[in-house]
Parts: sequence; C-alpha cells; structure tokens
Amino acid sequence: MALVFDRQREHRLLVLPALFHEANKMRRHTVEVMRRLDLSGIDSFLPDFSGCNESLQPLDTQTLEGWRAGALAAAAYFGASHVLAIRAGCLLAPSALPGWRYAPTTGAKVLRSLLRARMIAAREAGVVENIEDVSVIARAEGVDLAGWPIGSALFAALEDAVANADSRQAAIDQDDIGGGGLWLRAEPGEDAEQADMLAALVAMGMLEP
Amino acid sequence: MTIEPAKEPVVAREPAVQAELGRSAVDSLLRAILSDVLALEADLVAAFSGETGLFGHLPELDSMAVASLFTEMEDRLGIIIEDDDVDGEMLETYGGLLAFAQTKIIIGRTDGGASN
Repeated sequence: MALVFDRQREHRLLVLPALFHEANKMRRHTVEVMRRLDLSGIDSFLPDFSGCNESLQPLDTQTLEGWRAGALAAAAYFGASHVLAIRAGCLLAPSALPGWRYAPTTGAKVLRSLLRARMIAAREAGVVENIEDVSVIARAEGVDLAGWPIGSALFAALEDAVANADSRQAAIDQDDIGGGGLWLRAEPGEDAEQADMLAALVAMGMLEP
Repeated sequence: MTIEPAKEPVVAREPAVQAELGRSAVDSLLRAILSDVLALEADLVAAFSGETGLFGHLPELDSMAVASLFTEMEDRLGIIIEDDDVDGEMLETYGGLLAFAQTKIIIGRTDGGASN
C-alpha cells in the first residue's frame, strides 16, 4: 500500500515515513507536506513498510534489511528521482538516491523511547522492569514495546542502526524548519507553517537545475 | 545504559551544551521541551510554576509521551536518565522535574562528562 500524488511528472519523490509511535504522530503532517509538493509540480509516494500502517503483514516477522529492500523496491517501482526520509525512515533510505533526511534519529533512540514507555507503564501497574533486562529478552525472543510487537532480528538491527553517512541525502534539522518537532507531541498534530517550510526546502532542491 | 558515541551522528554538540548550561538555561530549555511535547504556546508554559502539576494532572502525558519527553531531555540537556531515576515525584510537578534535570546536569559535570 502507498499513498501517492502521481501525475506522471518529471520530479518524483519517495517519502519514507517515521516509524512506530512517531509514524502515527507524523502521518497527517507528512501528507500535508506531500499536498504542498503536489501543488509545486512534484509527484510523491508514501509507501507503507511491510507490517506497518495498512500493510497486512505481521510486524513481528519484519527485519531492517527487509524494510531497506522494500524502500529500494518502492524507489524503483515509482521511478523516484529523490527521497525525503523522516526520522527513523532515514535508517531505510536507499543511499544512492539524492534527497533529504528530515530530523534523522538513530535506531537506538527509537528503541530507548519505546523501552522506556514500556517500563513506565509497567511501573504504573506495579511491575518493576528495567530497560537492560527487557533488552536482553528482546534480543533473544523479540518483545512487545508499547503495543508494537518487534521481532528479535529487528530489535537487534535497530540497536546499531544509523543513517548511512555515505548517502546522497542532506540533513534538514528541526532548527531549519522552526517550531517544535511534531514527533514529540503527546497527541498527533499538524503545523501548516512547518509543512510549508519543509515542502519549500524540498521543492527548491528538486526544481532548481 | 550509556549511548555509544559511535552511534551518535551529533555527539559533537552535546558535551558543549552540557558545559554551558546554567540554572536559568536549563529552566528555559525544559520549558521549551514541554511546550513541544504538550503542544502548548510558549507563554502558557512560561507561566508554569514549581507547583504546576504534570504527570497525573495532564491527561495527554501518558507513558509514551513521558518516554518521548525523557529522550528529548537526554538529547537537549546532555544527560542520561536511568531507569531508577523515574519515579512519581520527579514527574508530579514542574518544580520536581526541573530539580531533577538540574541535579542530573551537576552529576554529569562532576563525572567529567564520562557518560558522553
């Protein structure tokens, strides 16, 4: 499954979404950016990673390598000329594709937030857990983190995952956009000014010769 | 529990931030983080007092939101928050959270930034 704005135009952008809880918080905002790019004459494609969003695959059998292969296949399928990767989506971006990494994060940080959410919820329920012990179990047999069943292979791969430094993508930091990152919000939200800014940065890069 | 520097593309920034942070800088950074997490205007968060209730008072601060808040505090304040640091008291009020952050920064300094 993929959400696309496709009018067979020359400029074609693959959008790789954030992962897990951040995917939910960022989705509407991500599509708002794509809407703006459409108005600027840029086609864009937002695929679901296998096991995520509307994919019918189970999440707990997915791997980082599988997702990377999926991103590569999506780039080929849609004939993408550029990529915009968001947050943990940056870990999956095909390195040969030019484009941008928006507020890239590491796999370790993503897991840390999820592990901590699980630990806090457990403690509220009167069960004392700690991140280190849960991580040991997760590496061996997989783990359910804040509602996401993550297999052992994906967990272990995420622990070391960083965006490819050799990629052809430039980083866009939140400071370049202004305001607070929408992935931080307790409730999903959107921000028209931030969407304008991100779309403008990408459109300028794609449309200029 | 330490984060390997090799995994961090932006480590260069963190020790510098840590060295410079004074009390009022920590206060304003913490308010900025809360403003991002709670999607509140800066002037509303600026009006938080030490007694302003957080966890348990603000329904949007669930466990995932608190986890994101801590991860962001680690990033922007250059601290490491251990599992055992997390208790009801530090999260109950703004004053509690600020005192916790300031203590962590002082500990980080006396450790000579060993956690980095």
